[in-house]
Amino acid sequence: MSEAALPRQVPAGGEAGRQAPAAAAAIEVSHLTKVFGERTAVADVSFSVARGEVFGFLGPNGAGKTTTVRVLGTLISPTAGSAAVAGIPLGPAGAAEIRQRISIMPEDPGLYRRLTVAENLEFFARLYGLPRRQARMKEALAAVGLGDRAHDLTGSLSKGLRQRAALARSLLNDPEVMFLDEPTSGLDPAAAHEVLDLIAALRDRGVTVFLTTHRLDEAERLCDRVAIMNSSLRTVGRPDELRRALFSRSLMVTTAAPLAGPDQVFAGLPAVQAWQRSDPAGGGPAGYALTVTDPAQAAPAVTRALVAAGADVLSIAESRRTLEDVYLKLVDDAEDRAR
Amino acid sequence: MTGTAAARIRAVIRKELAEFRRNRLIVTTAAVLPVIFLISPTASILAVRASAASAALDRRVDAALFLPLLIPVFVPAILSAYSVVGEREQGTLEPVLTTPVGRAEFLIGKAAAIFMPAIGVAYLMFGVFVAIVQFGAAPTVATAVLHAPQLPAELVFIPLLAAWAIWVGLAISARASDTRVAQQLSILASLPPVALAALMSFHVISPTFGLTAALAGGLLAIDCAACFVVAQLFDRERLITGAKPSRRGGGSAPHVPGARAAP
Repeated sequence: MSEAALPRQVPAGGEAGRQAPAAAAAIEVSHLTKVFGERTAVADVSFSVARGEVFGFLGPNGAGKTTTVRVLGTLISPTAGSAAVAGIPLGPAGAAEIRQRISIMPEDPGLYRRLTVAENLEFFARLYGLPRRQARMKEALAAVGLGDRAHDLTGSLSKGLRQRAALARSLLNDPEVMFLDEPTSGLDPAAAHEVLDLIAALRDRGVTVFLTTHRLDEAERLCDRVAIMNSSLRTVGRPDELRRALFSRSLMVTTAAPLAGPDQVFAGLPAVQAWQRSDPAGGGPAGYALTVTDPAQAAPAVTRALVAAGADVLSIAESRRTLEDVYLKLVDDAEDRAR
Repeated sequence: MTGTAAARIRAVIRKELAEFRRNRLIVTTAAVLPVIFLISPTASILAVRASAASAALDRRVDAALFLPLLIPVFVPAILSAYSVVGEREQGTLEPVLTTPVGRAEFLIGKAAAIFMPAIGVAYLMFGVFVAIVQFGAAPTVATAVLHAPQLPAELVFIPLLAAWAIWVGLAISARASDTRVAQQLSILASLPPVALAALMSFHVISPTFGLTAALAGGLLAIDCAACFVVAQLFDRERLITGAKPSRRGGGSAPHVPGARAAP
C-alpha cells in the first residue's frame, strides 16, 4: 500500500477541525475504568500512543482489550477516567468528530453478506460523508488487493477475503487512528500474513494503529510498543525494553564435554555475573547459562577463557527472551497475586 | 436537518432496500402476507349475491374492509423487528455504530426504508381489492363497498398504522436478543391501534369526518412521540455489550491499583 494509493482525505467535518497540534498524542488515556455491573472490565488504565505508532494491546481473554477499544471508539462510555483520541476528549460533544477521524475493525468483519463488496464500501463511504466516493473505494480495494472482487457478494468470499474487505472499509475515511481488534483471528497463516503486511503498510503511511491481539509473534513483529493488560495495565513499553526489564541477559554456552573447573573458567570474566549448569535436554554436550550485564562484552572474554581451558566450544549465543516470555511472566505474576 | 444528516439517512435507506431485495424471507413475507389478507375479503365480497339482505351485505362489507387493514401493520412489524437485532446477529451493527451516523439518522433511515414498501403494498392491495370488487362483484355490492363510510378513514389510517408498527418494531428490535422473539412481540405490540380501527370498521363508533380526523391526528402525535422514544431507547452501549449503559459518577469506580510502567 503506497502513500499515493491512499491520499489523505478531508472529512465532511472540515479541515479546521481536523488539525490537532503536532505534538499531541494520537491516544491519551488517563485512569480509565469501565465497570459492568459487579465486574470491572478495565481498571484504572493509563497510557498514551504517539501519532504514527503501532501500539500492541495484549492480554488474555476477558482482559478488557475489546472493552478499551470500544470506549476509545466512543461506542461505550467509561465509568471513570478520561481519554482523548485524535486530540479530541472522549465525551458526547466530541463523539461524532472522533468517529469521523478513526476507524475500528472488529474481530468479526461485520459486512453485509447480501451486498457486494462495493455496495458495502459505498454504504460506509456515504455514512462518513466522503467526497470522491468511487475513487476512494477503488483505492481502498486496490490497497487490500480486492480490486477485482468489488462486485462479488460478500457472503461468497472466504474469511480471509472478508477480513481484507473489512480492512478496506476501515481505510475509506483515511483514519488518523485505526483500531484493529484481533485482525488475524481465524485466518490461515497465509491470509494472516497478508493482513499483517497490510498493517505494516499502514505504519509506513503514518497511520496510528492500535492493535489488539493474542498473537505475540505478530505484536513483536509489528508493534513499536506494547501494553499488556489483565483488567489493569501490567506494563507498557518497547518489546526489547520489556525483555530487558523483566529478564536478566544471559549467554548460553555449549561445550562438547563438561568443564573440569567451571568456576575457574568463568570467575572474574568481564560482564559475567553468575553461571549455572544448563545442559541441553536429552543429554549430550554440556551447557552453561551465564548471567551477563553486556553480552557483546562478555562473549569474546568467555570464548577466550574456554579456549584457554582447553574446552571444545560448540556454541556461544545470547539467550533471546521473546515477547511471549514477557507476556507469560506478567500474566502469571498477576494470577499468582490474585490467588 | 443538515445535508449531511439527510445524506446519511438516504444511505441507510438505500442499503436497507438493497438488502430487502436480496433477502428471500423478507420478500416472501412482504408478498405472501398481503395476498393472504386480500384473498379472503375479495372472495367474501364476490360471493355476495345482488339480492342479499342489506344487513348481511353490511356485515360482509365491514369484515372485508377490515382485513386489508392488517397489511400495513403486520408487514412493517415483521420487517422492523428484524431491523436492529438482525444487524446485531450478523455482526454489522458495531461497524455501523463506529461511523459518525447519529442514532436518529440510523433509525429514520431504517423506518423510511420499511415505511415506503409497506404502505406501497398496502395501497396496492386496497387498489386491487377495489378494482376486483368494481368489476367482479354485483353492482349493488360494489356500490356498498365503494361507498362504505369507513373506506376513506381506513385509507387515511394506513400510513399511521404502518408508522406505529415500525416504531414499535424498532423499539423491540433494539432491546431484543433474538429475531423470532422480536417479531412475535412486535406483531402483538402493533395491534392496539388496529383495535381502534376495528371499532370504526364494525361501526361500534361512527366513522365521521371529524372523528376520523381527530383519531388520525392522535395517531400522528403518537407516531411522532414513538420516534422520539425509540431514539432514546437506542443506546449504543446496550446494543454492543448487552449491558445497561454506565453513567459517570464521581467516585463510583472501585479502587484499583495503579498501572506499572516499564522502565
